[in-house]
Amino acid sequence: MIHVIAFYLFAVMTIASGAITILARNPVHSVLWLILAFFNAAGLMVLAGAEFIAMLLVIVYVGAVAVLFLFVVMMLDIDFTELRAGFIRNFPLGIAIALVLLAEIVLGVGAYRAGALELGTSDGSAAPAMGTTNIEAVGALLYGRYLFLFEVAGIILLVAMIGAIVLTHRQRSGVRGQNVSKQIARRPDEATVNVKPEVGKGVQL
Amino acid sequence: MTAFFQSLGMSHDWAWFVATIASILLIALPVMITVAMMIYMDRKVWAAINLRRGPNVVGPFGLLQTFADAFKVILQETIIPSASNKGLFLIAPIVTFTVALLAWAVIPFNSGAVLADVNVGLLYIFAVSSLGVYGVVIAGWASNSKYPFFSAMRASAQMISYEVSIGFVIICVVLWAGTFNMNDIILAQKGHGLGIVNAYAFNLLLFPIWVVFFISSLAETARVPFDLTEAESELVAGYQTEYSSMSFALFWLGEYANILLMCFLNAILFFGGWLPPIDWEPLYLVPGWIWLFAKVFFMFFLFSWVMATVPRYRYDQLMRLGWKVFLPMSLIFVVVISGYLMATGHFV
Repeated sequence: MIHVIAFYLFAVMTIASGAITILARNPVHSVLWLILAFFNAAGLMVLAGAEFIAMLLVIVYVGAVAVLFLFVVMMLDIDFTELRAGFIRNFPLGIAIALVLLAEIVLGVGAYRAGALELGTSDGSAAPAMGTTNIEAVGALLYGRYLFLFEVAGIILLVAMIGAIVLTHRQRSGVRGQNVSKQIARRPDEATVNVKPEVGKGVQL
Repeated sequence: MTAFFQSLGMSHDWAWFVATIASILLIALPVMITVAMMIYMDRKVWAAINLRRGPNVVGPFGLLQTFADAFKVILQETIIPSASNKGLFLIAPIVTFTVALLAWAVIPFNSGAVLADVNVGLLYIFAVSSLGVYGVVIAGWASNSKYPFFSAMRASAQMISYEVSIGFVIICVVLWAGTFNMNDIILAQKGHGLGIVNAYAFNLLLFPIWVVFFISSLAETARVPFDLTEAESELVAGYQTEYSSMSFALFWLGEYANILLMCFLNAILFFGGWLPPIDWEPLYLVPGWIWLFAKVFFMFFLFSWVMATVPRYRYDQLMRLGWKVFLPMSLIFVVVISGYLMATGHFV
C-alpha cells in the first residue's frame, strides 16, 4: 500500500516537475524544477531497491551538476522578447525533435508491452546478485566482470578532461600570479627595514 | 520503539508510523536545543580567547542568551524586498533548515540508537550535505541584490571544491572499515590503535586524512577561516543581507545545525563515535552517548578555537587550498591506503 502511494507520489512529482522545467518562463526556476525532478527520480530508485544509484543520483546530479547549472544560469542576462523572436524560425526544428521523441515513446511502450528484454546470459550469471548489498553487487560486477570496460570508461573520461583543459586553457602574459611558497618563506627581517631618520630628513626607500 | 507502540494496542503499521514520528521529534528537538547551547558555547569560547566575559546577563551564566536572541529575532517584522523573487526568497531559508535536519536520520547516537540504520548511511550524509548549498544559492539569487549574489557565487564554488576532497576522505575511511553503514564504521574502530585506542585518527595513515577532513568541514560549513560567503568586510552579511526575522533565524539555526553535524561526523568517522576512547572494559559502563557527546564537544571546541584565532582566507587562497593541496593529497592517500590494505591482506 505505502509502496504504491510512494511510487505514484514520486512518479507524478517527477513528471510534473519535468514538465514545468520546460514550461517555466524563468530559466532559474527551470533549473530548480529540474533539481526537484532529479530528487524524485532518486526517490523512485530507492523504491526500486537501488539505494546506491539513488544516492549517486543525488550526489552527482543534484549536488554537483545542478549546482554548476544554477551557477551558469543565474549569471545569464536573458532578454525574453529576444527569446520569443526566434520562435517561428526554430519551429520546424522543434516539431522534428518532438516527432522523434514521440516515435521513441511509442516504440518504447510497444517494446515494453511485447515483454521484458532478456538481459544477461541464459544461465542467469549476469542477473542481479540477491542477498548482497547494492554497493557490493555493483562493486563485484564493475571491478570483476567488467573491469576492462570500466577502465576504458575511465581512460575516455580522462582524455575528455584533458581535452577540455587544453581547449580552454589560455596562456596569458603579463599576469602577476602569487607564489604562495615564496610568500610563506618570507621572513620579517627581509621584508621590513628598521630606520631611525633624523628630524627633518626623509627616508631613502 | 515500534514494539512499545504495538504494546499499546496499535497495528504494526500504525505503531511504526507513530514510532518514526516520535523518533524524529526525539532527534530534532534535542538537536535544536544543542544548537542553542552551542551558539552560547561558541561565544563563550571566543570571549575567553579574547579575554572578555561573553554573554553573562540572561539566565544563570548567560545560558539563556541564545533563547533571548531567538525571541528577539522572531518578534521582529519579516521584511521582503519588493524587487526580490518572493517565492524563492521565502523558500531559501526553509531549504537550508530542512536540509540541515535531514542528515540526522542516519547518525548513530548509541549502539543501535539510530533512526534509519541503512547500508548507504555515509553516502546519504554526503548526498544531503551537498544539498546545503542550495539554500544559500537560492537566497543569493532571489534577494536580487549585489552582495547576496556574490555570496551565492562564492558559496557554490566553495562547496563543490571542498566536497571533492571530502569524498576522497570518506573513501579512505570506507576502505578501512569495509562498509558504508555508520554503526559498522564505528564498530570497525574498536581497538584500532595498537589494540587499545578506539579511533581511526590514531593511525599514521588516517591521521593526515582526518586533518584534511577537519579543515574541509570548516570550509563546507563556511566557518572561519573560510567564511567568505558572509565576509562582512566585503559582502555586508553575504546571502543573509536582505533577510530579517524568522527567515534569518532559520538560516542561523540551519548553519549551526550543519556545524554540529560536521562535529558528529568528525567524532564518528575518526574518533570512534559512541565507543569509549580507550578499549578498556570498565569504560563501557558509561553510556555510549556520553562518550559521543564528549567527543562532539571537543570537536566543536576546536571549531570555536579556530574561529577565535585564525584570520579569514582570501578567495584565491581558498581555491588553491581546495584544488591544489587537498585534492592531490587526498587522492594520493586513497592510493596509499588501498595499497597498504591490499599489501597487508586486509581484504580477504
